Amino acid sequence: MIWHHPHALTRRGAIGRHVVLAVFGLLVLAFFRVQVLGSSLYRLQSEENRLRPVPVPAPRGLILDRNGIALAENVPGYAVALIASSEDSLRATVERIAPIAGIDAAQVERVIQRYRRRSRDPVVIVPDASFEVVSALEERRTWIPGLVIQSEPKRRYRYGEITAHVVGYLDEITEQELEAGTFQGARLGTLVGRDGLEREYDELVRGRDGSLFLEVDAMGRTVRESGERSRLEPRPGQTISTTLDARLQEYVAKVFPAGQLGSVVVMDPRTGEILSLYSSPSYDPNAFIGGIDPDRWRELSRAEDAPLLNRAIQARYPPASPWKLVLAAQAMKRGIVGLRSRMPIPCAGGLRYYNRYFRCWRVQGHGDLTLAEAIQHSCDVYFYQLGLRLQLPNMLHDAGELGFRTPTGVDLPNEVTPIFPSSTEYYNRRYGPRGWTNAVTLNLAIGQGENAQTLMGMVRFYAMLGNPDGTAAEPWFVERPSEGRVRQLGLDGESLQGLREALVAVVAEGTGAGARIANLRIAGKTGTAQNAHGPDHGWFIAFAPAQSPEVLVGAIVEFAEHGSSIAPMVTQIIARHLLGPGAPSSSVTEAELTVPHDSAPTPLPILPNPTSLRRPPRDPPRR
Amino acid sequence: MKTQGLDKPLLATTAALMVVGLATLYSAGQTDAPSAAAGIWKGQLVWVALGLGVAAVTFRFSPRILEWITPFGYALALALLGLTLLIGTGAGTAAGAKSWLAIGGMRIGQPVELAKVAAILMLARHLGSRREAPGGIRELMPACVIVGVPFVLVGLQPDLGSAMVFLGILFAVLFWVGVPARWLLLLASPLISLLLAFSTATWGAWIVLLTVLLLWTRPYVLEGLGVWLTNVLMGVIALELWRTLAPYQQNRLLSFLNPEIDPRATGWHIIQSKIAIGSGGLLGKGFADGTQKRLAFLPAQHTDFIYSVLGEELGFVGVLVSLALFAAFLLILVRIARRATDPFSSMVVFGIVGLFLTHIVVNVGMTVGLMPITGIPLPFFSYGGSFLLTSCVCVALALRVAWDSRGSGYLEF
Repeated sequence: MIWHHPHALTRRGAIGRHVVLAVFGLLVLAFFRVQVLGSSLYRLQSEENRLRPVPVPAPRGLILDRNGIALAENVPGYAVALIASSEDSLRATVERIAPIAGIDAAQVERVIQRYRRRSRDPVVIVPDASFEVVSALEERRTWIPGLVIQSEPKRRYRYGEITAHVVGYLDEITEQELEAGTFQGARLGTLVGRDGLEREYDELVRGRDGSLFLEVDAMGRTVRESGERSRLEPRPGQTISTTLDARLQEYVAKVFPAGQLGSVVVMDPRTGEILSLYSSPSYDPNAFIGGIDPDRWRELSRAEDAPLLNRAIQARYPPASPWKLVLAAQAMKRGIVGLRSRMPIPCAGGLRYYNRYFRCWRVQGHGDLTLAEAIQHSCDVYFYQLGLRLQLPNMLHDAGELGFRTPTGVDLPNEVTPIFPSSTEYYNRRYGPRGWTNAVTLNLAIGQGENAQTLMGMVRFYAMLGNPDGTAAEPWFVERPSEGRVRQLGLDGESLQGLREALVAVVAEGTGAGARIANLRIAGKTGTAQNAHGPDHGWFIAFAPAQSPEVLVGAIVEFAEHGSSIAPMVTQIIARHLLGPGAPSSSVTEAELTVPHDSAPTPLPILPNPTSLRRPPRDPPRR
Repeated sequence: MKTQGLDKPLLATTAALMVVGLATLYSAGQTDAPSAAAGIWKGQLVWVALGLGVAAVTFRFSPRILEWITPFGYALALALLGLTLLIGTGAGTAAGAKSWLAIGGMRIGQPVELAKVAAILMLARHLGSRREAPGGIRELMPACVIVGVPFVLVGLQPDLGSAMVFLGILFAVLFWVGVPARWLLLLASPLISLLLAFSTATWGAWIVLLTVLLLWTRPYVLEGLGVWLTNVLMGVIALELWRTLAPYQQNRLLSFLNPEIDPRATGWHIIQSKIAIGSGGLLGKGFADGTQKRLAFLPAQHTDFIYSVLGEELGFVGVLVSLALFAAFLLILVRIARRATDPFSSMVVFGIVGLFLTHIVVNVGMTVGLMPITGIPLPFFSYGGSFLLTSCVCVALALRVAWDSRGSGYLEF
């Protein structure tokens, strides 16, 4: 058959038609699959393609003192970021703007690393840019593709070093924290509280970041901000009011002996409100803004005097003489002694116990004393005997009830747990069942030995002592602890009254006499904590007015030799708080310190080496 | 010119395609990011005017004259292709390929477009002179050579996409001349063998199948053996051939199989094109409002991927309408081929069907990931002078054939 016979052509024409229709049907099916069935998926991808979410940081909530003075506030700041389509283009752009933005080669590398971790988000180049840098970059916007300048509220701590340990500081979240979900709702680059109230109340204060969407082209160049509808407003953080008294805090920092290590806690014993907490040395939390320089961080975190350490809650010291009140309270509660009880052996400068001689701090001896007098003169011999009468197991048991084995629960992060043996098992474990003698009782009785307390813990105990009902609330800054969290001494009012009188006598004529101040009845107790690593640490804890205290001040100064030398500072703080800024203070400081070394037998070297109590070292923060 | 005897449906569909194509090209230039496609539609308008002129001239040639000048045209096309291989330049997205002829730095055209028409004419002249369909592999050889020479020359540029068009033409024409499907399959078998060689298992299965096919079709022993050996040879040299491909060609083929292999480089085109088309949805984002196109996510949006622009902006409805236009256009050409009064004319028109069908399917299929990226233009849509002129010439040839057969008293069966 001829190939072009009409019949043949008609037949093949029909086949050809069907082939064409089949092929086009296939194409239509393919388009149907992509455009109708896959439409939502591809629409999403197209949005993702062109819209880049840019986080809008929420301003952190303010942290106020009790009078409404801002301890932590926000000031306007700018962050410079880039949207880049590839690492190469990012590098090129960053290197081009490096001279303007003032960033060096090391910082460029850090920027690239950041980008590698998350390339879809704008990568922050300068977290804290000055207005000059921002305007210089803004002028050159045309040759900086993908430039994003965000206004980012910047944290400022008005009191800087003075309130550093209370308020804390901010730092960028680390990758580990991000993975572990330590901070809810945080993203890469979020500033989170690192210490103090900033850390403790981070979730409250941080707020929630918003976001806006930038429309970018295939090269990553910003074309425009997409419509208002797609903008998610940030939710600002909550403002928190604290119990801190900024002016008092300032005063405390001023009167704290310059260059010395230690801390001061001022508390309202009636409520547990912390009016002031100062730890020395301090650091400037403002230095962390915009990312701390790694060298500076290393310096801060490795410094011998550990400025990052909050010595009121993170350092443990032997409680020394202030502990004598703990022993007295325990013994009185058990009915072993009364305020006028005497011990069988009068103080002659020491006590022989089996084959050892335990000295009293006063070589001449105190003679025959009542409990009240023994407290007033801090007589070691009296308390050695009281400790023996109380017996070790009782001592250990009662200390737990008074909270000397648990943190105070103050609303600050990383409070350490005080050390106090829970039973004689501790000694068996440590020295072997026959490796220790009852001599440990004598040591514990005068606040030495296996006993290390935080300043905050001791302050809480003295609040119980000071309050007429013998109870004390947990110390707090922001959130008043629930009613149940009250510790109780369990003494009747008369006994408490007597103990307070004894403490008044300490300040009036005893070991703390240098702390006396006109018109104020101050009760307090000095102490000298043995330190195996150098000069002893000095304690002074006092409250006033003695009968119904409104303020309680505890202070510890490392290497201060003895508590008497810090007593004037404490009374000045009390006077400043109770009498106002115009209180006479000069006469007090002139008082001659006549109190000799308040000492004890060589203690077991159990701490305190605050530098070793520090939190485990962290890598320097990444920018 | 009298318009009375002109084929109205062909004119109408061609005009419609040109208008839609120009509009899409205009839209492709409307971008937020700086783009080479801005204002390019005006240039295309000039080419359309030029194309109409060329079409008018082409229409004047009677099939007899065409048949007579075909060998000269074919020789000229081959000569130009050869010349291109020697002094050709690259351009645009295929900068590495020598596909352009330039004089003094001025690019004047792609000889491959002329070669396509010349090959169609040459095939028509060769097969039109026969009374019966080629009855064996040996008799198919001349046709294969006619297409094979330009195929090889174009493949050497290298321009795989255009080379594929020659195969489309060859198979369309052989089908039209009545070569049985099984023979076409045997003819295509070396290529299939080549494609399947990536996996030993599939290739082995193919060889078995081929053997069965050979035993069934019963060609001459030597021919059968030749086909079989060619298949085996193809399978063996597949790897070598793969190595000779330019890296970008390899990547294109690989990312066709899996675009996610390299989403930012070779896979980018396919992914972005599918995103653009898919996000268009049923009704599209509105003319000139395609966001993917506007923000330059679509690559080559005025040439290879112009259909993605249409898909994004006019949606599935727009795709349906334009595909219907293309289908109608091809069906009209099939009808003209069927009613042609002489074998040569019929053959020419069906060759043109093969040409357009290959272009449309490969280009449109590529935008939805059905076909590998080969970069051949979409008729009446893609920016480019040479191919538009070729298209116009082809339509004019079909119009002439239809005009010649207008009074033939042809009966529908």
